[in-house]
Amino acid sequence: MSIEAKEEFRPKIVAFCCNWCSYAGADLAGSSRLSYPADVKIIRVPCSCRVNPMFILRAFEKGADGVILCGCHPGDCHYSTGNFYARRRMTLLFSMLDYLGVENGRTRVEWVSAAEGVKFSTTMNEFVAKIHSLGKNVRLGDIRCKD
Amino acid sequence: MQRLIDRAKELLADGTVVRVLGWKAGDMGYNPEPAMFDNAAELRNFVYDGFCGANLSKFMIEASKLEGKTLVFLKPCDTYSFNQLIKEHRVDRDKAYIIGVGCQGKLSMEKIKSMGVKAIESVSGADAFDAAEELTFETLYGEKTVAYKDAMLQRCHVCKGKEHMIYDELLGESKDTKDADRFAEVERIEAMSPEERFAFFQAELSKCIRCNACRNVCPACSCRKCIFDGTKYDSAQKANTTSFEEKMFHIIRAFHVAGRCTDCGECSRVCPQGIPLHLFNRKFIKDIETFYGEYQAGADTDSKGPLTSYTFDDVEPSIVAERG
Repeated sequence: MSIEAKEEFRPKIVAFCCNWCSYAGADLAGSSRLSYPADVKIIRVPCSCRVNPMFILRAFEKGADGVILCGCHPGDCHYSTGNFYARRRMTLLFSMLDYLGVENGRTRVEWVSAAEGVKFSTTMNEFVAKIHSLGKNVRLGDIRCKD
Repeated sequence: MQRLIDRAKELLADGTVVRVLGWKAGDMGYNPEPAMFDNAAELRNFVYDGFCGANLSKFMIEASKLEGKTLVFLKPCDTYSFNQLIKEHRVDRDKAYIIGVGCQGKLSMEKIKSMGVKAIESVSGADAFDAAEELTFETLYGEKTVAYKDAMLQRCHVCKGKEHMIYDELLGESKDTKDADRFAEVERIEAMSPEERFAFFQAELSKCIRCNACRNVCPACSCRKCIFDGTKYDSAQKANTTSFEEKMFHIIRAFHVAGRCTDCGECSRVCPQGIPLHLFNRKFIKDIETFYGEYQAGADTDSKGPLTSYTFDDVEPSIVAERG
């Protein structure tokens, strides 16, 4: 009788992408046939500043191992200034998570324009590899919310 | 204290104000509570001493909706909160007559109890304007003395200063109580390893019973409808069952007041479990100061808050990982 091999760790990654740049960037990555891991689940938001710190915590609570926020490059926001506010908020939130002892690198912000399909794909590959090396998210999980 | 009562009676008599917002004596002599006085006769219960730590500025939100002016007593640190509420259009400056009262450091009953002073019958030395160096307690087990400084609230050791930011008149003398660095505690935690930090906060936050006292007392937490009262999030209004819920509540609570928190320290004062909640707020304040420059919420009524403004060359969030 053989002992079944342990299932390989597949990280769950949530990517919040803004409608105007990063979501289009992801589209371009797809239509250019660039590959990125299927572990990345994209959630489209109207603007990067739509992302409330609670969304990110909620994603972790529900079992995400990493959360990445993508938006237009600073200065290129469709709504002119949204990503400037998002940038400040995320800096503070990430610093707070670090302060609480959550591993650095589970959260990330990347600016991806609609023309940067390549950047989108490399960013996602990098991020998934990083989360893979960090392993399962135990410090921010909530057992009741997982399936 | 009598000076405050006399002045309040004068202002009530000449019609400047129609009610007084202050503190009234509790049942124990060391637990006064915020109270509204509608006439001069009720003022016999008025009290102002070392135990009056409560920040009255939040009560002005409701008082601003009433007819006529309210006389409110604000300590130096409370005036920051009041300014912040003016900035957010939550209180009406014209509805308030502010007497800035002196402060000689406020006392923490938790600290006194932890020093072994129990079954207290009476206290002396906690007078508001001529606080003694030593507090004397008459207890069932005899007389006990405690140094005033040792019994002060944590926030008074890192006092922002005894200058009132907003007032109509000033009454009473203050005494400087600052003897520690505001960010020393935060820096001590930052110097720990991530595992130690996680264990530290886990231990502190697991004490949380979600009584919401920190939220209810906070002068910056003044939303009419709070996200934590909704039914959408299953963490609403009940004791935490997992480690995550505690963190989520406390991160979000602190985040919602980031850039608006004046560091008045009320959250830590009211916590029945003694969780050092100011550590979260101060971390945000420290980060804001490092990343976006010096800012004191409530120092004025017209500057833009750090989270409602931006510059083109702000640091990127990746700085958190880069600084190690």
